Amino acid sequence: MERDPGPEGARRALGRLLEAVLASRGQANAVFDILAVLQSEDHEETQEAVRACSRLFGALLERGELFVGRLPSEGSVMAGSQGATRKYKVWMRHRYHSCCNRLQELLAHPSFGVKELALSTLMKFVQLEGAHPLEKPKWDGYYLFPRQLFKAVVEGLLSPEDDCSLLLSRFQEYLEHDDIRYHTMQAATAVVGRVADGYPEVPLTFWNNAFTLLSAVSLPRQECSSSSFYVKHVELSRTWKVVHLKEHRKAFQLMWLGFLRHKLPLSLYKKVLVVMHDSILPHLAQPSLMIDFLTRAYDVGGAISLLALNGLFVLIHQHNLEYPDFYRKLYGLLDPSVFHVKYRARFFHLADLFLSSSHLPAYLVAAFAKRLSRLALTAPPEALLMVLPFICNLLRRHPACRVLVHRPLGPELDADPYDPEEEDPAKSRALESSLWELQALQRHYHPEVSQAASVINQALSMPEVSIAPLLDLTAFEVFERDLKKKGQESVPLEFIPTQGLLGRQDDLCAQHFTLS
Amino acid sequence: MGKARPAAARRKGPGAPAGAQGGRARPSPNPFEVKVNRQKFPVLGRKARHAVGQPGVSRARAVQKRTQTLLKEYKERDKSNVFTDKRFGEYSSNMSSEEKMMKRFALEQQRQHEKKSIYNLNEDEELTHYGQSLADVEKHNDIVDSDSDTEERGTLSAELTAAHFGGGGGLLRKTPLQQGGEEEKPRSRKELIEELIAKSKQEKRARQAQREGALELTEKLDQDWKEIQTLLTHRTPQSENRDKKEHPKPDVYDMMVRELGLERKAQPSNRMKTEEELAKEEQDRLQKLEAARLRRMRGEDEAGDARKPKHLSADDLNDGFVLDKDNRHLLSYTDGKMSIKEEQSREASDGESKEEQGEDPSEEDPEDSSDPEGHLDLESDAESEEDCGWPDREPRQAPGKRMTSNGHKAREPARTELPYTFAAPESYEELKSLLSGKTMEEQLVVVERIQTCNHPSLAVGNKAKLEKLFGFLLEYIGDLATDDPPDLRVIDKLVVQLYNLCQMFPESASNSITSVLRDAMHEMEGAVEARGRAAFPGLDVLVYLKITGTLFPASDFRHPVVTPALVCMSQLLTKCPVLSLQDVVKGLFVCCVFLDYVSLSRRFIPELINFLLGILYVATPNKHGHGYTLVHPFRTSGKNSELLVVSDQEDTATWQRRGLSLAWASGLKGQTKTEANHTSDHLCSGTQGICPTRCHAGRGLQPLLGFSELWVGDFSFCQEDGHWQ
Repeated sequence: MERDPGPEGARRALGRLLEAVLASRGQANAVFDILAVLQSEDHEETQEAVRACSRLFGALLERGELFVGRLPSEGSVMAGSQGATRKYKVWMRHRYHSCCNRLQELLAHPSFGVKELALSTLMKFVQLEGAHPLEKPKWDGYYLFPRQLFKAVVEGLLSPEDDCSLLLSRFQEYLEHDDIRYHTMQAATAVVGRVADGYPEVPLTFWNNAFTLLSAVSLPRQECSSSSFYVKHVELSRTWKVVHLKEHRKAFQLMWLGFLRHKLPLSLYKKVLVVMHDSILPHLAQPSLMIDFLTRAYDVGGAISLLALNGLFVLIHQHNLEYPDFYRKLYGLLDPSVFHVKYRARFFHLADLFLSSSHLPAYLVAAFAKRLSRLALTAPPEALLMVLPFICNLLRRHPACRVLVHRPLGPELDADPYDPEEEDPAKSRALESSLWELQALQRHYHPEVSQAASVINQALSMPEVSIAPLLDLTAFEVFERDLKKKGQESVPLEFIPTQGLLGRQDDLCAQHFTLS
Repeated sequence: MGKARPAAARRKGPGAPAGAQGGRARPSPNPFEVKVNRQKFPVLGRKARHAVGQPGVSRARAVQKRTQTLLKEYKERDKSNVFTDKRFGEYSSNMSSEEKMMKRFALEQQRQHEKKSIYNLNEDEELTHYGQSLADVEKHNDIVDSDSDTEERGTLSAELTAAHFGGGGGLLRKTPLQQGGEEEKPRSRKELIEELIAKSKQEKRARQAQREGALELTEKLDQDWKEIQTLLTHRTPQSENRDKKEHPKPDVYDMMVRELGLERKAQPSNRMKTEEELAKEEQDRLQKLEAARLRRMRGEDEAGDARKPKHLSADDLNDGFVLDKDNRHLLSYTDGKMSIKEEQSREASDGESKEEQGEDPSEEDPEDSSDPEGHLDLESDAESEEDCGWPDREPRQAPGKRMTSNGHKAREPARTELPYTFAAPESYEELKSLLSGKTMEEQLVVVERIQTCNHPSLAVGNKAKLEKLFGFLLEYIGDLATDDPPDLRVIDKLVVQLYNLCQMFPESASNSITSVLRDAMHEMEGAVEARGRAAFPGLDVLVYLKITGTLFPASDFRHPVVTPALVCMSQLLTKCPVLSLQDVVKGLFVCCVFLDYVSLSRRFIPELINFLLGILYVATPNKHGHGYTLVHPFRTSGKNSELLVVSDQEDTATWQRRGLSLAWASGLKGQTKTEANHTSDHLCSGTQGICPTRCHAGRGLQPLLGFSELWVGDFSFCQEDGHWQ
């Protein structure tokens, strides 16, 4: 094939070949030339070839010039004595097949432009093949979908080697269609199962890709009447599984359960748990199947437990999950890091929900209040501003716990009966103790914390303080708020004149630091 | 036909009763609920309107109607009470609710006003008694009616009395007399009375005439007397003399005396004060400021409770009127210089000490009246001790002229070489070009002279210029601190200048400081958002934080600059992981600054304890079995968890204790292992020094409880002698 160098020349040459193939069957061998360019090193040329293939096989599919039915091997047909048309069709179908294989390989191409083009071409083939199926329907109205081709696409997307997140975000727009979503779920289930069993050590990139794809699948909340199909059908039959949301849910559940069955890396655990309550649990056909996963995650400890809490809450609240020792574990989750983790707001929102019941025993609430106030001794001001009203709310809800803030003849601080090491709130003896920590925090350096801690000095006002606006408070917001607060018109000034940078000799800075 | 009709009617059913049934769309499919009025003769052109009846529905409607009308009437049968809603405009729909409210409010006001004004004596309304103004009655100046007689007012003539009250007797007695005088037919009673009236009128007229005559006579007499008087004047000089005494001739001597007497005397000015008095005054001032600081520290302004006056007199009108203290300042001179400073410092502290001016500080808070007495004494003692400890501290002078005594001599040559006037820099670059390349002394002199030349009292725009200068100096200090190596000595001296400028312009100074802090926080916030943690900022931010503490009273309960700075430091200690020895130095410096902030107010800092514990943890070789959980910026394991562990015991032997260098914070380069170990030793000992008393090696890592107790209760720092092992 003689042609000008460069992509422009390639484009023109390919255009000529394309027209030739489409014009007459005699020129069919030019297909090999086009397919050869697909192997090109040059990105531009490859792209041109992909475009040409897309046009070529798109036209052939529409014309029905590809063999329909179970594909016989190339050699047997060529050798056989069937008609030339049939031979041509079988031959062309084989070319189509090899083209699809090549395109699937191109999904792992280093250039994103090529990848994207290959994906969109494959999806175009899926659409056309769905409209002009290459299989014979078993009976009238039989649902046909190019499963093989589509599975190959999904397999290409879930690459164990490269990070396909960009390509997956491109693929996400196809997921809006009901049929694509359904078949993606099925294909993903199969691919995940195969890859996880196939490798001894499944690479992290695969899990990330899989999670990106899985979390991109979002089912509609209700069965909507107008379903959008990617492959155009003349009439939708009610007998097709793909039409029913119930079937979608089943597939969704299978997919997630299949995914979560495997041993996932820790970071992925967190990601799954973050979206669990919001985008996974509501769509499962049987949410209670997640119980095992969530309880195990809850037992892991640390941030993962915090995150599992939300999913568990949904199960307890809406699906009647009975969880023994729930509060004991919740109590165990309270450690100093709880004020510093990213999911602080989420955790305290849930903790507030769990502790809002008025049927909790007083010892339990007292243990929580005591534990929280003990932890408050290590908390930064923005967390204190949230946790102090939280503790006060607990005292408001449970008047039996108010002994904690009124113990005139209590023991000395050295002899605090509370046992911070005890894991069981019932044995922590919190109810015999007092909340001296709050009194300590009344001397906190930040004025608002000090005020919040001083609330217990008066009788607690009856309506609870809503902690919702305080949950997301960051230090920067506290800082800005302090800046904006203009109390007096004039700023008080230091009246002792300064001696220099480090201050006077009895200042700590001057004691411990020198300028040289 | 007959069969088809009902069917048609029924079909029509759902549409037809749209009006009758009130739009009920549901047809009644039950044929038993429908009554068909069959027509005997179908008539063409007649509309069959009542072909289908729904007895159940219509019965229900009728019953409902009866319960709404008849039943109501029945219930209200024997009741005469009526509830009338007299709220204004309650049922008028053409008024908006706001209008209604306005109108109602107006009516209510009107009503109240009327009621009140009955007893409101101060109103302009005139009170009357029998049509006479009570005010006039009270004045007791009865206006004499010119018609009425003055002499006989109140006494009635005998005749009149007789006529009115005497009954028939008087008249009867008189009539025979009159009958005797002239024979007349007896007059009727009416005639008698008329006569009486005429008589009295006549009498009155006569009296008037008489009085007029008397008046005339008096006037005449007066005139005569005047005529005579002129004659008399010539004869009687005594009377003339007496007149003259009233208007004495101006005498020169008298005038002198008067003038001297009335002349404004020289006001006694404040005498020059002795040294002791000045010192005492200064001490008083400091005491007063200290009292104000304590009050702010306890956040008593914050509480917002109106401070109760100590004593309420029975005569107190409680109108809040208090005689202000005369706060004009007398112009006074000290050492030949006008003492503007007094006024300035007072202005500066006016805002905070406005309320308590002239009050005894010990009387201020009734709640803990026992405390401030002793406390203040202590403070003042400390104050005076401090004074002793600093003999070289200069008395306050005019801010422009201020300088510290050290470096005074060294600056003399610089003084002479540099030009004497500087224009105030308009931009930071200008200031930098003025200062760069000069020695420390020269830089100080330049800054000083800029202030002197642009003192606000010299020209109008100078205030703004110096306000800007503060910001530029701050920026310059930041640049110096980020330099490698940081020029800390210049900063050390410039801080004094900053302090002076801040005393002059508190507002703009606080604005510049807050903007600097905001920038630092913003940067850190960005990093925290992105990665969940942030790196320790450069030395400049630390220096800014330290400067904030020296310029503003760090002990205030709430302060517009100090409180944000505290939050900023808290962020530094919680969000910045310690990755290197530099970070340790920075962290420890922040800890020191933090503790200096609260050294007077003695407040509780959770982050600080966490941080110090974390540092000690990093310095411990054998970490197992301590059972202490580390808090956020520190991790139990990881490559930085043994940062401060001394790797070679021999190095410990060669180590000597001295202060940590602040310059380490900006870079520790090219250290040998021994040096690194020494640095670790320094840092450990520094940490221990900062740690409060009870944090010694044995209990060091776990007793958070002990800490908190300590911070709540007694509060003292003491240097640990033991070296961390």
